[in-house]
Amino acid sequence: MSDTTVTTEKKEPIMALQGVSKYFGGVHALEDVDFEGYPDEIVTLVGDNGAGKSTLIKILAGVHQPSRGKILFRGKPVEIPSPRAAQALGIETVYQELALIETRDVPANFFLGREPTRGTSKIFVDRKKMVNDTVHTLKDLGIVLPSLRTLVRYLSGGQRQALAIGRVMPWGGQVIIMDEPTAALGVRESRKVLDLVLQLKEKGCSVVVISHNMRHVFNVADRIVVLRGGRKVGDRMKSETTPDEIVKLIVGAEML
Amino acid sequence: MEPDKPFSTEEDPARFQSEGALTRFARNQIATLALILLAMVVVLSLSTRTFLTATNIFNVMRAFSWIAIASFGQSIVIIGGGIDLSAGSNMAFSGIITAMLLVEGVNVALSIGAGLGITLLVGLANGLMVSKTKLPPFIATLGMMSIVRGFCYGLTQGWPVRGLPRSFVALGQTDLSFFIWRVPLPAVIMVCFAVLVYILLDKTKLGYHTYAVGGNEYAASLAGIFTGRVKNVAFTLSGLLAGVGGILMTARLGVAAPTAASGYELDIIAAAVIGGISLTGGEGNVWGALIGAAIMQILRNALVLLGFPAYWQPAAIGAVIIGAVMIDMYRKKSI
Repeated sequence: MSDTTVTTEKKEPIMALQGVSKYFGGVHALEDVDFEGYPDEIVTLVGDNGAGKSTLIKILAGVHQPSRGKILFRGKPVEIPSPRAAQALGIETVYQELALIETRDVPANFFLGREPTRGTSKIFVDRKKMVNDTVHTLKDLGIVLPSLRTLVRYLSGGQRQALAIGRVMPWGGQVIIMDEPTAALGVRESRKVLDLVLQLKEKGCSVVVISHNMRHVFNVADRIVVLRGGRKVGDRMKSETTPDEIVKLIVGAEML
Repeated sequence: MEPDKPFSTEEDPARFQSEGALTRFARNQIATLALILLAMVVVLSLSTRTFLTATNIFNVMRAFSWIAIASFGQSIVIIGGGIDLSAGSNMAFSGIITAMLLVEGVNVALSIGAGLGITLLVGLANGLMVSKTKLPPFIATLGMMSIVRGFCYGLTQGWPVRGLPRSFVALGQTDLSFFIWRVPLPAVIMVCFAVLVYILLDKTKLGYHTYAVGGNEYAASLAGIFTGRVKNVAFTLSGLLAGVGGILMTARLGVAAPTAASGYELDIIAAAVIGGISLTGGEGNVWGALIGAAIMQILRNALVLLGFPAYWQPAAIGAVIIGAVMIDMYRKKSI
């Protein structure tokens, strides 16, 4: 994997935004942004608050529609009109707000919106499969939670984060987007999440990670994309840049 | 437990047993409610001679069956994060439509079908207002409550519809034989609907999505759940079940009055709330609503049997609503 940084440039991107702009009323959240994600590559998306990071990933996740520009998936122009459409393409997202249902237990959140059903009816939920698959996936990932019957309300921040990340794993997504996956975590838990991110890359996924933590960014990234005021102001291979340069791009100071 | 595994991801029965029976019991909301209900029954059985008679018990059941059935529909809506204030008006409306057709000589099944069909449509209209125009459920159904009540007055010119055929009235007044008891038909219908709504909410994909929408609508939509569809179904079912309650009420009373079920929406909501269905959505189940309706009716019955003046009933019911919700909040915090 040490040569990924060299090879990715020759590969076809799995997904790409071309000249994408997004306006909310008069607010220009994104302005003419190009963004690509390659297989077995981790891109970190950095930028100050309001730089447009969340808007960008929500366009990929089917939550927002671009006001202008194109989305390409495996080279073909696509529309992603809903989160379900994104899932169908193989785009999985872990949101900053974690998007969990606090009043429900672990398996219900694990399979949220994609509950397996019994037989051919597609009506009755296969609770047994939900519980078994949840146990299985969490075990594989080394995620430890109290009893599955616990409501998410009673889980700690780290446990919620683990659940939110764990549940996107079994769906075979090719693009995995994570908004601040280490925000609520301690040192050990963060380490685990970063390991998970590396595992996903090894499986050939294109991983997009938003992070504010420069150490984490330089730890896992192959490529770093910087947004400022809705525009892309930097797109660097990690090997060709430094934390100093990235910070300067984020805040908009003059380059050295 | 192993030191490197502070928690197990597996269903671990040992962990639950170690919690102690009392904690586990407190965790179970329905058990707590059933206990309150049981306590009421015991106290009343000891302090009055009439309470624990089959006749009185079945009268109580018949009396709360309409409210309970409407409250099952209300539960679906509240669990889905909404509220349906039009339920009381809908109860009157289904009764009036059915009764008006019956006195015109239309057969019973068709008349009931029409009565239920119309409240189903009212429910769907509520759902569409909430899901499409994004009106807050409180406002949409508050308006609908008044609109439907207006139709009840308008269609009848304010007069009760009388002279309902025996075959219809029997619905509310027949008893079915179970062993030595004669159980009122409305109570049997109530239990059937409770089971159906339980299966819907607890076992189906739609039920899971209803809890998800009520628990965190944004998260549900991010997960790809079509939240509008879930709301439409919830409000439609609430309309339909209020209609069923209204028909049983009309059959029992033998008359469809345009003023019937006035203020019932609050009893219907109260039954759900006493039953632990949180008004913030995403929590509770239909058994809670059933027990909530039972607790309210037994309290009314108790006040009568114990010789309290009837005028004071609303105050007692109000105190129970506040008490039940306070206990529930305390229960949630303490575990």
